[in-house]
Formats: sequence, C-alpha cells, structure tokens
Amino acid sequence: MSAVAAAPRVIYRRPSVLTDVSTRYCPGCGHGIIHRLIAEVLEELGVAGRTIAVAPVGCSVFAYEYLSLDWCEAPHGRAPAVATGIRRVRPDAFVLTYQGDGDLAAIGTGEIVHAAARGELITAVFVNNGIYGMTGGQMAPTTLLGQKTTSSPAGREASLAGYPVPMTEMLAVLPGVAYAARGSIADPSAIGRTKAMIRKACQAQLGGEGFAIVEVLSNCPVGWGMTAPESIQYLKDVVVATYPLGVLADRTGSKRGSGGTPEPASPGPGGHAAAVATAKEA
Amino acid sequence: MTARPEAAVQGQVPTSEEPAESPSFSLGGTPGGSRRVLMKGNEAIAEAAIQAGCDAYFGYPITPQAELLEWMARRMPEEHRAFIQAESELGAINMALGAAATGARVLVSSSSPGVSLMAEAMSYMAGSEVPMVLINVMRGGPGLGSIQPSQSDYFQAVKGHGHGDYRVPVFAPSSIGEAMELVATSFEVAERYRTPVMLLADGIMGQAMEPVELRFRTPDRIEQPWALEGADGRPPRVVRSLHLVPEDLEEHNLHLQEKFRAISEREVRWAGEHLEDAELVVVAYGTAARVAHTAIARAREAGMNVGLFRPISLWPFPSALLAALAERVRGMLVVELSAGQMVEDVRLAVEGRVPVAFDGRMGGMVPSPDEVVEALRELDTTGLPAKRSRRARRRQPGPVSGPEHTHEREPLAAAESGHEALSIFGDDAWMPLWYTSPVPSRKGGKR
Repeated sequence: MSAVAAAPRVIYRRPSVLTDVSTRYCPGCGHGIIHRLIAEVLEELGVAGRTIAVAPVGCSVFAYEYLSLDWCEAPHGRAPAVATGIRRVRPDAFVLTYQGDGDLAAIGTGEIVHAAARGELITAVFVNNGIYGMTGGQMAPTTLLGQKTTSSPAGREASLAGYPVPMTEMLAVLPGVAYAARGSIADPSAIGRTKAMIRKACQAQLGGEGFAIVEVLSNCPVGWGMTAPESIQYLKDVVVATYPLGVLADRTGSKRGSGGTPEPASPGPGGHAAAVATAKEA
Repeated sequence: MTARPEAAVQGQVPTSEEPAESPSFSLGGTPGGSRRVLMKGNEAIAEAAIQAGCDAYFGYPITPQAELLEWMARRMPEEHRAFIQAESELGAINMALGAAATGARVLVSSSSPGVSLMAEAMSYMAGSEVPMVLINVMRGGPGLGSIQPSQSDYFQAVKGHGHGDYRVPVFAPSSIGEAMELVATSFEVAERYRTPVMLLADGIMGQAMEPVELRFRTPDRIEQPWALEGADGRPPRVVRSLHLVPEDLEEHNLHLQEKFRAISEREVRWAGEHLEDAELVVVAYGTAARVAHTAIARAREAGMNVGLFRPISLWPFPSALLAALAERVRGMLVVELSAGQMVEDVRLAVEGRVPVAFDGRMGGMVPSPDEVVEALRELDTTGLPAKRSRRARRRQPGPVSGPEHTHEREPLAAAESGHEALSIFGDDAWMPLWYTSPVPSRKGGKR
C-alpha cells in the first residue's frame, strides 16, 4: 500500500440546479429522475443561469421548487404559448417547458402543435405516464387501451374513448421540429439514453435549429394501482409496446446550421432589457 | 371602410437616428406642416402602441379589430419587435403572459368572442401580477353575435372575465385621439400596479376614420425586480398564481385587494360637459358618449339644461363623482349600446338619490341623438320626484331651463379646472380630454 491515500473522488452528487428539498411526488414516481436529468444537462451545458422555464399544471406544477431556475407558471396546457412569448422577447434566454401528458396531449394540443409548427427555439420535456396523476388518476389521451383509471373503471375502450395519442410521432412530421425523441426511466440504461436525448434537444435550441421535444415515458404507481417495482415492470413490458422508444425526428445540422447562438428573432439587439437599461441611464 | 393604411400613410421605415418619440412613418401633406392625419381607429391605436414602446404584440384575426393585427404585422418587424399571429386567442394571450413575465411591454387585441377565450389567462395574469394591455374592440353578442359595434361586454370587462377575486383597470376612449393617449396610459398603469389593463373600444372606435393629431407618448420604463431573465447570480424568480396553502392564498388575495384599493383611489378618469348648470345628466362612455354629445347639444337648444358625464375609467368607476353629481341634478339618463350594463354601476353610485333612466340599443344598433333627446324628455316630464324642497321650488314644468339657476350651483371640482369647456369631438378629437380628479374623501364634507 502506498503511504499516500487516494484523493476522494466524487462520483455522484446533487447538481447545483437541483434544490436540496424533499419533493411532493409520491414514492416511486418518475418525476424526480427526470428533474435530475434536466438539472444535470442544464449544468453541463452551462445554461442554467439564463434559463427561463415554464411550469405546467399537473403533478409537476411545483417544478419551480425543485429546479433552481427562473420559472413562469402557465395555465393548463398553455406552456408552449407562454414559452413562445418568452422566446420572442428574450433571444438571449434558454427556454424550457416541462409538461405532462394531460397538459400537453389533451388540453394543450393546439399550443404544442403550433409552437412546433413555428419551429420555436424551445426545448420541451414531455412526461408521459398515461394518466392524470394530480387529480386522482383519471384517463388521459395517452392512457393505454384496456388500462383502468378512475374515469375508465372498466378499462379504456376504443369505441368510447378512442385510442392512445402518439403525440411525439405526430409532432415529428412537422418541418419546424428539429429533434423529437422518446425515452423512458424504466432502468439505468434507459435513463442514460433519455439524458442524451434531453441533451440533444437542448443543443438543438442552442444551435438555433428549431423546436425540440423529448417524450419521457414515466410511471405513476399510485394512479396505476401498483407498487413502484410493478409500475416499472409495466412500463418496460406494456407501455413501451404502444410507445416505442427512440429518435423520431432529427433534422439538426440540416436547417439553420449547427453551432453558434440562435439568431435573435426579436426584438432588436438587447431587446427590451436594453431599453430598460437605456431608460435607467437617461 | 375600404381605405388601406397606405392610402393615408406614406413612406416607411425609420432611420435608427430618429428619436423614439418621432413617428417612424412619414405622412402626406405639407412638409413641416400639420401632423394631423385621417386614420382608422384600429390603425391609430396600433401605431400609438408602437410609439408607446410596445415590445411585443400577439393577436388572432377577428372582426372588427383585424386592422390592428394587420398594422402590427407590418410595423412591428420594421421596428425589430416581436409580432406573432397566434393559432388562437388562447395562444395569443398566453404568449403575452410569457413575454410580459420577462418584463416586456406587451399588447394583445381581440374582439368580444376572442376576449371570452382570453378570460383564463387574464385571471392568471391578475393572480401572478403580470402587466399587459388587452384591447377589446367590442362587437355584438351573445355568442357569435354580429360584427357591428356594441358595448355589451361591459360586465365582462368590468366585473371580471376570468375566475377569482380580481379587478382589472378598464379604460374606454370616446375618440380615436383619446384612444391613442389611453394606450400609453394603459401601459403606464399596467406597469405601475403590475396588472393587466383592458382598453375597451367598440366597432365604431376601431373602424371609423377621423382626423388625429400624431401625438404619441412613450411611458418611462420602471424597474421590474420580479421579471424573469434567468437566475444567474441571484435567487430564482417565479411568476405564479398558485398558492396551495389557504393562509398563503388569503394573504396573497389581501395584497391584491390592497392594490385594487390603491387603483380605485388613484386611477379614476372621467370627463364632463355642461355639468355646471346641468339639471339632467346623460352618463355614457365610448361611442355612446359621442351620440350623447350630439343629443345634449340638441336638448340644450331646446332649452333643457342637460350635461354629459363620461366615465373614462370603467373600473375604477367614478362612483364618488357621480354620487356628488347626484346631489345637484334631478335625474340621470344612462345611454349604452347594450341592454343596460353600466347603468347598474350608476345606480349603485347614486344610491337612489336621483332617478336613473336607461336608453340603449343592442346587436350593433346605435341609438340616434334624437332617440336620446326623446328619452331625456321622458325623464324630464315623467316620474321625476323632486328630491329636496330646494329642488321642488326650482322645478319648472316642461323642459327645464333657466340661466338664473346656473350660478346657484356649486361646480364639481373638475369643472373648475376649465377642461369642461373643451369639446371632445370634431376639431379637438385628437385631444386626450380626460383628467383625473381626486375622489372626494368619504369623511370630508361636501363642497
């Protein structure tokens, strides 16, 4: 043995963006993992300080308590519109939305489709757990056929409630979408791949490439009526069959060029922040 | 209304050297001469917003406000500012929420059915204290209604749009010139109190063309220590209306109510005509006030002592001033392009001191001045109990006139300022003929 002990090496730590609090999420819920992935990516890309994030209505309504960023609350489903407004007056900001499947795939379909169609320079994290968790586990547009929820007690039946909506596939066909992918939090390797997708979706914004979305398949043990391990197994065995994992569209590098900072769309250099500064000087 | 902006306005892009207060488009007419120009209301309002420093505009096409959106579509990019034709009114108002949450000066416009869709976000913005200006160019309702002018959204504008305990300042112009000034005022009030503000116009204000003086005002920017910009080097900021703990939400509501009280005390705006000798008063706002203006001129020619009280801020409503006025007149006639909405606030204000009659048309119909004169005659000759003996003595049969009474009356505070002599319309249409008057203290004695 050498006389000199090896210096301790940090192999795992809390990202600075992640606040040091207990979340309000249920035991076994996937939101915490996804928050952490976002925190790690923002920190690694060095954009946390200029990030303006948009919080949804749903279980993750308190996301601003867990990620130490500037946040704007959006009415249910409207996060992509709110983010668009931020984007257009803050060309210098990094704009992130975080939405669940009830928020994005039901009440907010209009807003997400048109933000994507406009190719807004926004990174959207779309957490799909197939259920309205916060309000007590009702059926969502993403609920699987046959899946029992409090508003489909006999299981979702197509003749009554239609079919699960593959939102990200639908968005992927739009030319304004630079990057669209679906990951999951079912196991460590899937989590690693999902983090890479989120990173790529953030880089698409930084490169001025267009709209980017990562759908993250997650679990809801309480809403699904399962234990946490059962819910993870269900995610792996059943959910993924309806929502295949992988990259659904990648137009990065083909549109507005890669690298560099996004062109300021509006307002002019410095935007209204500069106007404020001028007014202060005057 | 076929005139296009290009017909009235020529020339285009400003050079960056031009000072901000100078309009960036040049006009036909004598160089260096009058800067008065014939403009359509929607376009004049839009340009006034640009000159007021509007950073971003979000809209969706709807008649009768579409020219406002079109003007912005052309002019905002010229100014390197944000313009989006949104996918819906929901999209537009939520884009406004996001942009305004960063401290930008933001305008949204729509017309009645579209404004209904915006109710949700108005509630969020009131709750999360985001300043923004929404223009409603009102059309007939309910439902899809018509595209003709109306004032049937008074309740919606003044009593609240969305859910929850909140108020929003509402300003109602009676001329295009006044609308231009009120756009700047709206931005100012919005930012001063961190609140959405509504500018309530109607189809006539939006579609009519009248000569306007190109006078613009750019309100000063104020510090916004709440605005989102990225949390670099400081604690994060959150713009939100959610307060799940009841104690917290009540405290937030108490804070909002305190703010609404401050607005009620400081932001009352109104104008009047012939109030110094009026025995009967017409209360009307917006386009209805223009009809009333003509009507009272005719009534006065016929020997009736009639005045006009024109609320400009519909919330806060000039209740105290109307109550003071009620002490000196025999009756009031409220004229609206509705089934009678503001009349409820007038009755609340005067608390039965004088009879308050109503005359209105609906569905895009506009009452004629003669209809209003007729309603005044009816008010004058029927059912006007003399409220006090002094009045009873002075009460004359038939149309009331009598310059001999004029000087017995104490003028309202605002009447002393001399503004009353100014006409709201015609040659003076460009003038921002509003003025604020301190609300008489409740404890203070009457003048």
